Amino acid sequence: MDASYFLISLLNGLSVGLLLFMLASGLTLIFSMMGVLNFAHASFYMLGAYVAYTITQLLGFWWGLLLAPPIVGLAGAAFERFALRRVHKFGHVPELLITFGLSYILLEVVQLVWGRQALNFLPPESLRGPLFTIVELPSPGGLSLAFGEPPPACQAVAGASCTQFPSFRAFGMGMAVLMLVSVWLLFTRTRIGLVIQAALTHPEAAEALGHNVPRVFMMVFGGGTALAGLAGVIGGALRVTEPSMALAVGAVVFAVIVIGGMGSLAGAFVASVLLGVLDSFAVGSDRSLADLFGALNLAVTPATFGYAVWSVKISQVAAILPYLLLVLILIFRPKGLFGTREG
Amino acid sequence: MKFRNRLFGLPVAASLALVSGIAFAQAGETVKIAFIDPLSGPFANIGQNQLKSWQFTADQFGKNAAGVKFEFVPFDNKGSPQESLNNLKAAIDQGIRYVVQGNGSGAAAAISDAVSKHNERNPGKEVLYLNYAAVDPALTNERCSYWHFRLDADTSMKMEALTSYMKDQADVKKVYLINQNYAHGQQVSRYFKETMARKRPDVQIVGDDLHALGQVKDFAPFVAKIKASGADSVLTGNWGQDLTLLIKAAKDAGLNVNFYTYYASTSGVPTAMAAGVGGKVRMVAYSHNGVPGVVVKWQDEFKKKFNDDWYTHATYNGVAMLVEGMAKAKSSDPVKVAAALEGIKFKGFQGEVEMRKADHQLQQGLYISEWRKADAKNPYSVENTGFNFQQVKAIEPYVASTPTSCQMKRP
Amino acid sequence: MSQHRLIPKNASRWLVWGLYAAALLVSPLVFTSSLSLTMLSQIGIGIIACLAFNMLLGQGGMLSFGHAVYSGLGSFFAIHALNWVSSGKLMLPVSLVPLVGGLFGLLFAVLLGYVTTKKAGTPFAMITLGVGELVAAMALMFPGFFGGEGGISGNRVAGRALLGISFGPQVQLCYLIAVYCFVCTALMFAFTRTPLGRMLNAVRDNPERVEFIGYSTQHVRYLAFMASGLFMGIAGGLSALNFEIVTAEVVGAARSGAYLLFTFLGGALFFFGPIIGAVLMVLALVLLSELTQAWLLYLGLVFLFMVMYAPGGISSLIMMNLRLAAFGKLRQLWTSYLALAGLAGVMLVGAGAMIEMVYHLQLNQALGPQMRFMGATLNAKGFDSWFGAAFVLFTGAAMFELTRREFVRQWGRVQGEIEQTIKQREAAA
Repeated sequence: MDASYFLISLLNGLSVGLLLFMLASGLTLIFSMMGVLNFAHASFYMLGAYVAYTITQLLGFWWGLLLAPPIVGLAGAAFERFALRRVHKFGHVPELLITFGLSYILLEVVQLVWGRQALNFLPPESLRGPLFTIVELPSPGGLSLAFGEPPPACQAVAGASCTQFPSFRAFGMGMAVLMLVSVWLLFTRTRIGLVIQAALTHPEAAEALGHNVPRVFMMVFGGGTALAGLAGVIGGALRVTEPSMALAVGAVVFAVIVIGGMGSLAGAFVASVLLGVLDSFAVGSDRSLADLFGALNLAVTPATFGYAVWSVKISQVAAILPYLLLVLILIFRPKGLFGTREG
Repeated sequence: MKFRNRLFGLPVAASLALVSGIAFAQAGETVKIAFIDPLSGPFANIGQNQLKSWQFTADQFGKNAAGVKFEFVPFDNKGSPQESLNNLKAAIDQGIRYVVQGNGSGAAAAISDAVSKHNERNPGKEVLYLNYAAVDPALTNERCSYWHFRLDADTSMKMEALTSYMKDQADVKKVYLINQNYAHGQQVSRYFKETMARKRPDVQIVGDDLHALGQVKDFAPFVAKIKASGADSVLTGNWGQDLTLLIKAAKDAGLNVNFYTYYASTSGVPTAMAAGVGGKVRMVAYSHNGVPGVVVKWQDEFKKKFNDDWYTHATYNGVAMLVEGMAKAKSSDPVKVAAALEGIKFKGFQGEVEMRKADHQLQQGLYISEWRKADAKNPYSVENTGFNFQQVKAIEPYVASTPTSCQMKRP
Repeated sequence: MSQHRLIPKNASRWLVWGLYAAALLVSPLVFTSSLSLTMLSQIGIGIIACLAFNMLLGQGGMLSFGHAVYSGLGSFFAIHALNWVSSGKLMLPVSLVPLVGGLFGLLFAVLLGYVTTKKAGTPFAMITLGVGELVAAMALMFPGFFGGEGGISGNRVAGRALLGISFGPQVQLCYLIAVYCFVCTALMFAFTRTPLGRMLNAVRDNPERVEFIGYSTQHVRYLAFMASGLFMGIAGGLSALNFEIVTAEVVGAARSGAYLLFTFLGGALFFFGPIIGAVLMVLALVLLSELTQAWLLYLGLVFLFMVMYAPGGISSLIMMNLRLAAFGKLRQLWTSYLALAGLAGVMLVGAGAMIEMVYHLQLNQALGPQMRFMGATLNAKGFDSWFGAAFVLFTGAAMFELTRREFVRQWGRVQGEIEQTIKQREAAA
């Protein structure tokens, strides 16, 4: 594996992982706060992308980035206030089920309002080109970074390998880190953050001290969904904005938080980055179990029983690696990587 | 005398009238055809578009040589093969004896099997099935059925046509294969390797990736791999989000290779490509936006009427074939029509085509087209992007034809 | 001298089971069209599947998001067995092929259940989701076994026909499914009466206490998971016979979601709830989508309101009213019920008209803005249609709210009276 391929794979993996973390963080927040696993979290992600698209058409991308998360957060808070709150007293299973029902409804509403076609949601003009280009020239060898568009050497020199890294991806990574830092600051340095932390572990005591715990719940739910909306703005512009975007990313996010340990923000961070990087590098590998057997001097031919399973390459399973890891983690470390709360 | 003549004339006249009545029994008749495809859920817009296409085609044909009118009755199968079987039963209950379907080879296989079994178990109530878009080769090979007729070209035919174009391209030296890991993608990969080994053994296959269907959210790692392999062309059977994301990722990373695709014209992909593509995007299909005659005329009319693109040109061939078959059989009874359709030659939208008797696969020419900006000669705008698919090469029917292993059981 | 009873002690139980058997026997004779017969078959299959699902949900408190895996894998193995029967490699009557499905459903529940039941509650749900996604993705990757996109097809007219029953005609299969349905329902009901079934309920209600009295909650959950897998596999096998084709959708997330939704809708707390849920499931999935394009939205909304206002499902509503009837209080409330139902209907008409108009504008704009709704012609682009629908909705909603408040008062009063009567009976006893 040459150096430029390694570097670009690492960068891609990090960007995917950080986007996944933006989603997983909101979910973890809601879960550790209220014990509710928000099944409709990916639907709020989708809603964020669509709302941002509409605002971008009217006012521009930056306004979309600024306004879409609060709008989605309001929608989430409204849902909590009028629907979820009523269901708290029935237990955790009905809470999970009501968010399950919400995911169906949000999907239909989005399709009603914006249609079933994919939307042309593009990053803003200033962020469309590459941030930098990794240039690997054959003659002097080694890597060099060229900021902006690829240098003319890429076309001129034969055997030159140039890979661009899009600015918008880097912007997304930056947003994720910024979000992580600001959430951490909010929790540890502001008064409301301390109240939230208190209500997390001792809701009755916090209520006895006069804090409006149900309102805190509503704010946290709204905050979590706002984070999902923010992830949606980035994800929708980076990838495709269409109705199936919620389904595509929903299941992986749940795998992430179970692997990281339910209720742990640090665990969600490590798990999402791990999964992103693993996915990126797994695609590059064409090894399979058959190769492993071959290395152990066990001959595996197409005639061997179950050859279809042994010959599956790692690159083919890269997309379902999160679920495989989920099963493995549950066998060997059921608490998750950083798990604290038993759910 | 006069009295006897008149009496004698009456039975003759009556029998003549009767005979001519039978001969044109179907004249003025409305033949109902069940349309079984997704009309709700994620593929609703494709299904709705295709329903409108069939209804539009039926209207355009109006009264025709066979003297029948076609009415399409929609059934929503939600993309599910098992639901398609329920729809089939409902259609049969309503007395409908023709079925069209195309979205999904799973549903197609289910309908084909169910129709065969129904016809075997219920003589006198036979049903005929026209498959207009499901391309699994098995449907005209090991799973072929006398009552199934395919209007689209199957995966092997498309690969035959595509490779006959690619072998003449000097800039195709290293090809990277990337496909969805299910029957269709695996077939694309396999057929390419087989046919290219025959036509241009010097072409190197520098990669052969199969990724999980609909699960990959980020194709950047694949694009990096393609770049590292030094490929100059990418061949993919991907459709929908899998193709859109691949092309987007290639553009973002600055991968300037040529893409050879099957489904670049499916919903959503043109909009994504309008933002810009790295190299050229070429497609193999049974039609494109510039086919002279029916296509250029009808696509504008369809756009004016529905503000949507008419891309299922097989609807024209389907109705034309039925008209021809019913006129030849002088009846709308599926048993007689099926016998008439075997081996029938008729004028499709692209010229003369033939429904091959051996496996009921329509033998038609295929086109290699390229995604280009609309100009004066090709003004059509796909999905209102200002681009369209323009012909690069037309492949003759005999070149695109592939052999069949079908052992058809005829009643 | 012994006392003779004219009516046996468990008369009600005989009556209920007798009615159930009668319904299963008579319905294929009443609904004879081809579509109705296949729907009846699917209802029978659905009953077994939903009851098996409820073993985990209602009786064990385990929410499984990927349960279609077990019925789907059972389907695949059953259809392969059917093909072996057709080619003579396996000597098994076609009527016993679903048992092959059940066997493999059990096998996979044993394999996958060990990992899955290690946790409970929300983590359990997440694990089932992951396993479900995994199997669904793998089903497409191995066309050798799963048949690729076209799936695996078979022919249920195979082997020798005993007593002229070849299972070719749908009505014969309908009766086979009715027999399986009755037997499986009886077995699953019996399961709830066994010590394992009771411990499962205990694990649902108070797992800590269960551990204290010496039972392993994980072990109990694992055994229940296996039992559920067995019956899911049987349902899958019957489904393979009914459709004669099995494609990858049988292990998909949509199927799992449907089981969950409708079992909950029917009611997870009572044994017969999933039976109602299964009937609703087949009716909704087959017929509702022909009536309206907005069916997914309606389904989601119904589910949402059910969770909020009646988390016990339809069966709990029925049981509550049966209790009222037993105490003779139903006649006090029936006028309120009628008013509520009527006004709810009015609200539904208003809301439905608006939703249908929106869907019409989006999906059918080619056919012009005129559309038919419940016999009236509406203009989806006309202000008066929208105003009319909104007016109907809001007046209906306002009057519904008023009636509802009155009903809640009456309900509270009646419940109070019932509690008093119970106390008096206990004091007298």
